[in-house]
Amino acid sequence: MTSATMAVNVLDVEGVFKKFRRGELHNALRDLIPAVTQRLMNREQPERLEPREFWALQDVSFSVRRGEAFGIIGANGAGKSTILKLLTGIMRPTKGSIRAGGRISALIEVSAGFHQDLTGRENIYLNGTILGMTREEIRRRFDAIVDFSGLEEFIDTPVKRYSSGMFARLGFSVAAHVDPDLLLVDEVLSVGDYLFQRKCIERMNSVIASGATVVFVSHNLRAVSNLCPRSLLLEKGRVQMVGPTDDVIRTYFRRGQQQRVVDADSGVLLTHVITHDDSGPRVEFDSGGKLRITVEARARTPHHEVSVVIQIVDDHQYPVFETCTQRLGADAITLDRDQKVECTFELDLNLGEGTFHINALLHRYVTNRAYDRWLAAATFFVTGAPGERGIATLHPRLAACTVAAALDGAVGARS
Amino acid sequence: MFQPIREVLDRRDLLYMLTWREIRVKYKQTVMGTLWAVLMPLVIVCAGLVVRVAFAKASETPLAWSDLTSVTVKAAPWAFFVSALRFGTNSLVANTDLITKVYLPRVIFPLAAVFSQLLDFLIAGVLVGLFLVVVRAGFSVYLFWLPVLLATLIALAVAFAIVLSAASLFFRDVKYIVEVFLTFAIFFTPVFYDTSLFGRWAPLLLINPISPLLEGLSTVVILHRSPSILWVSYSFVVTALLITVAVTTFRKVEPFFAESV
Repeated sequence: MTSATMAVNVLDVEGVFKKFRRGELHNALRDLIPAVTQRLMNREQPERLEPREFWALQDVSFSVRRGEAFGIIGANGAGKSTILKLLTGIMRPTKGSIRAGGRISALIEVSAGFHQDLTGRENIYLNGTILGMTREEIRRRFDAIVDFSGLEEFIDTPVKRYSSGMFARLGFSVAAHVDPDLLLVDEVLSVGDYLFQRKCIERMNSVIASGATVVFVSHNLRAVSNLCPRSLLLEKGRVQMVGPTDDVIRTYFRRGQQQRVVDADSGVLLTHVITHDDSGPRVEFDSGGKLRITVEARARTPHHEVSVVIQIVDDHQYPVFETCTQRLGADAITLDRDQKVECTFELDLNLGEGTFHINALLHRYVTNRAYDRWLAAATFFVTGAPGERGIATLHPRLAACTVAAALDGAVGARS
Repeated sequence: MFQPIREVLDRRDLLYMLTWREIRVKYKQTVMGTLWAVLMPLVIVCAGLVVRVAFAKASETPLAWSDLTSVTVKAAPWAFFVSALRFGTNSLVANTDLITKVYLPRVIFPLAAVFSQLLDFLIAGVLVGLFLVVVRAGFSVYLFWLPVLLATLIALAVAFAIVLSAASLFFRDVKYIVEVFLTFAIFFTPVFYDTSLFGRWAPLLLINPISPLLEGLSTVVILHRSPSILWVSYSFVVTALLITVAVTTFRKVEPFFAESV
């Protein structure tokens, strides 16, 4: 790496490994002696795993440029939080190096260090210094912090009397007023009501606009793709991909489709959900085209009166469309032991640009009881038609658009 | 050694706020409030006086005023030392949520724990001072030893607190060991008695690095003499060594705190 790129990058993570241990640590004296002797006998090797140890992160490398907003995406347990803890310095990597320049501030655990018995005012000072501000800085920003939180009336009340929402709002308000060079954000946007979330997004945008660097970890993929042009996909502690956020999100969903946790006891279960067109399986479609969804289910024990349900939901799990074999006029499906059923639905894709997920369900025909359900079984992406926006396409045509002199009324008078 | 000092100086406002928090929270929701800060040291000094009087009565030795004043002068610093150690030992365990969630120089926690006990010590010191004025203990140039002896005592408490806080984070046993140790420490620390009582065995008691400091305090304040330079320098050297060892080991184990709590 040349010195020029070093200066541009605020954050350089190179070949980082981190291992953890399952179960209890030796926390009592009687466990200490064998552990110490073992350590003396063969010096600990970072590359080797002892029994009970596992890698939380393996060979993670990436860098973030000054002024960039960078996203980290991954399923639960992929190692996202571990990365953030290493970046802040709370933990140290087992192997590899992390170089971060400037003041790091983390919106990870807002309201950490709040003391229940102290008032809101006192906690602002306490929490502010914990986050790295000086008392003078806090004094200058105090009014802004209180204003942001919207808790003027309760500022001299002990925080133990706060609701959990108020508590979190105060915490976020303090954290949001630290001027960092590098801001790490972890899932704090779920805090508070809608208005407060909007405030937070605005605040993050202004932090980005002011030239600070942001690393954003979230399950809210819409928020990540709105805020961060570039992202990293983490899977089981390894970097799967670094690139433009939209590509990374697609890869994330595509890889998610291949895995399914199956309850071994269920007598009938969904085995495949595939999106395709005439020529074969695919996940990218044009708005206004045709979409085919094929669902396959197998029975281990005999089942009758089965129907197959598909639901299409958008990125926020909002239902867009639902149908089932029964409503489309098919008879109840009867499956014998070790039989399978395959249904293909053909749909007009009147959807606008976006990411959509398919939930598949096996229902009992009469009672609507679900035999099996597979949420987000498949994901597909729709490329919008030029000149259109929104979740649906309503096949617009321009029927008229004429210009004429407006002589029949005074300008500005609306009736 | 200098890097951690700079880190702490950089975050002195945090040290201030954490110390302030401990003091503030200590007497919250008590009926007597800050009055406890006066009452507690008063009780300790009185207990010392009672024990000393009982000593004299039981052994049928004459009781001089200087014996009583000597006890008051030594009881207050000893009470500070005990509570600083007790509090310091728990300082990291009590702040695990901060240790696992935010990065800050963790040595600040034991420091704040010790410093928060200084207020009680200060109040006790004022009380003892008033008492000494009342009994006309007098003044002398030797009182200039006071800041040196007190600073060494505080530094010694800091050194212990740093080591013990880290140790008890890894092994919770440490907390109980410290409790037991502090309970018995009163017997081999010259608080309610003087080491001179033990004649030629006195040096054995002075090996305890706190003893020369406590003896020194009473010599300076009551007897208006210079303390034993030899033993005071011994305490001084032990304290310096302990602090160096404490800070370097603390730095070494600090990266493992977050995953060991």
